[in-house]
Amino acid sequence: MQDEPTPTELIKAVADFLRNEIAPAIKGHNSFKLRVGINALDLVTRQLALAQADDATEAARLKQLLGADGTLMELNRALSEKIARGEVDLTTPGLSEHLWQSTMDKLAVDQPNYASYKRELGNT
Amino acid sequence: MIETELTRCVASFHPGATGVTGAAKLSGGASQETWTFDIVHPNGNVGAILRRAPPGYGAAPGRAAGLDAEATLMQLAHDAGLPSPKVMHVLSPEDGLGRGFIMARVEGETIARKILRDEEFAKARPILARQLGRVIAGIHGLPQAKLPQLRSLTATKEIEDLAREYHSFNWPRPVFELALRWLRDHDPGPSSEVTLVHGDFRHGNLIVGPDGVRAVLDWELAHTGDPMEDLGWICVNSWRFGEIDKPVGGFGSREDLFAGYEEAGRKADPDRVMFWEVMGTLRWGVMCCGMMQRFRSGPDHSMERAMIGRRASETEIDLLRLLVPRGR
Repeated sequence: MQDEPTPTELIKAVADFLRNEIAPAIKGHNSFKLRVGINALDLVTRQLALAQADDATEAARLKQLLGADGTLMELNRALSEKIARGEVDLTTPGLSEHLWQSTMDKLAVDQPNYASYKRELGNT
Repeated sequence: MIETELTRCVASFHPGATGVTGAAKLSGGASQETWTFDIVHPNGNVGAILRRAPPGYGAAPGRAAGLDAEATLMQLAHDAGLPSPKVMHVLSPEDGLGRGFIMARVEGETIARKILRDEEFAKARPILARQLGRVIAGIHGLPQAKLPQLRSLTATKEIEDLAREYHSFNWPRPVFELALRWLRDHDPGPSSEVTLVHGDFRHGNLIVGPDGVRAVLDWELAHTGDPMEDLGWICVNSWRFGEIDKPVGGFGSREDLFAGYEEAGRKADPDRVMFWEVMGTLRWGVMCCGMMQRFRSGPDHSMERAMIGRRASETEIDLLRLLVPRGR
């Protein structure tokens, strides 16, 4: 067992330092790059907080949809192939709900400020 | 220094020019660069842009039209009275600057967030969609006989290209599969009319001033094909920069775009435009995944490329909004 602080706490401390102390002092193209870097750190903290629970519910939905077991990668591959072959489509019970939920969970980590995501959050 | 070669070069096409000043690289990957500079002349300096593949880089890869074709298309557009910079000079080997061309610099803004938010452009925003409809109609109407050699593209071919590229990433994305399936099921077939297609008609490639559009840039992806492709591409949500209720670039409506298009004597086909919007959304998603691949395999191991990989999911939610809208 590793000691504290947690990875999330460490990354958050670094991101806050860069955001509050360094960013105001940087100009030009490096200021843009720094913002991208801070965004990356923030993304990682969101993933650390959310991914475990999201992955578990995604796997459960996939197993239900496909009636099969496997890793998350195997299940997503199987679903993709079934959609490509037309064996599963939007008339299949649970498919559209699954795609929506999985996509919303991705956006919550990747780009929670994306306008389409914020609109759909208010639309559930 | 590039200014030495440029000084020699500008003297050959701009009589009386005594040199250049303020040369600065605006953007550039390994194979293509854009430079801004001023031509020094006793009657006043002239702003210019150099677009080139540096010496040692050969023909453009893959989908690119090539710099010679870009120069020809820009000049054709300029001659037709469309907002397009005048091409001042096409580089020759004696110039020692590589392949490419020099064009007049057009002042204005290309950054979407400024065009969509700054007060300076408040009067331009409401008129832009209609204006761009007229401009893209003019581009589609450029004389076929004068076009350079360009690749041709159909919806069917583009679907297969996207599918192949997406599958090469070997990362399953059920939403992309759904979109590919939808595109195959709704492929409208060959267009009854085949024209020049700009191929990248969107924010970033449009210079906008307080008075509206001043120049269309970057013909790198020009080809011949279904003219509705350009109208669909500019409606892709990724180019709305948060203004998601204004489908044309975050500033206008489809109706205004189509009205401008029809004022210039052409007919828009809203169903085909919608098909190309879905295609364009998937295309941007596949491009995001491609950036991630190039980040991983190098040589451009940059944070920016890595983070663009995490924007593919934006196109997944947009594809769902188009294809599986939820009850409102």
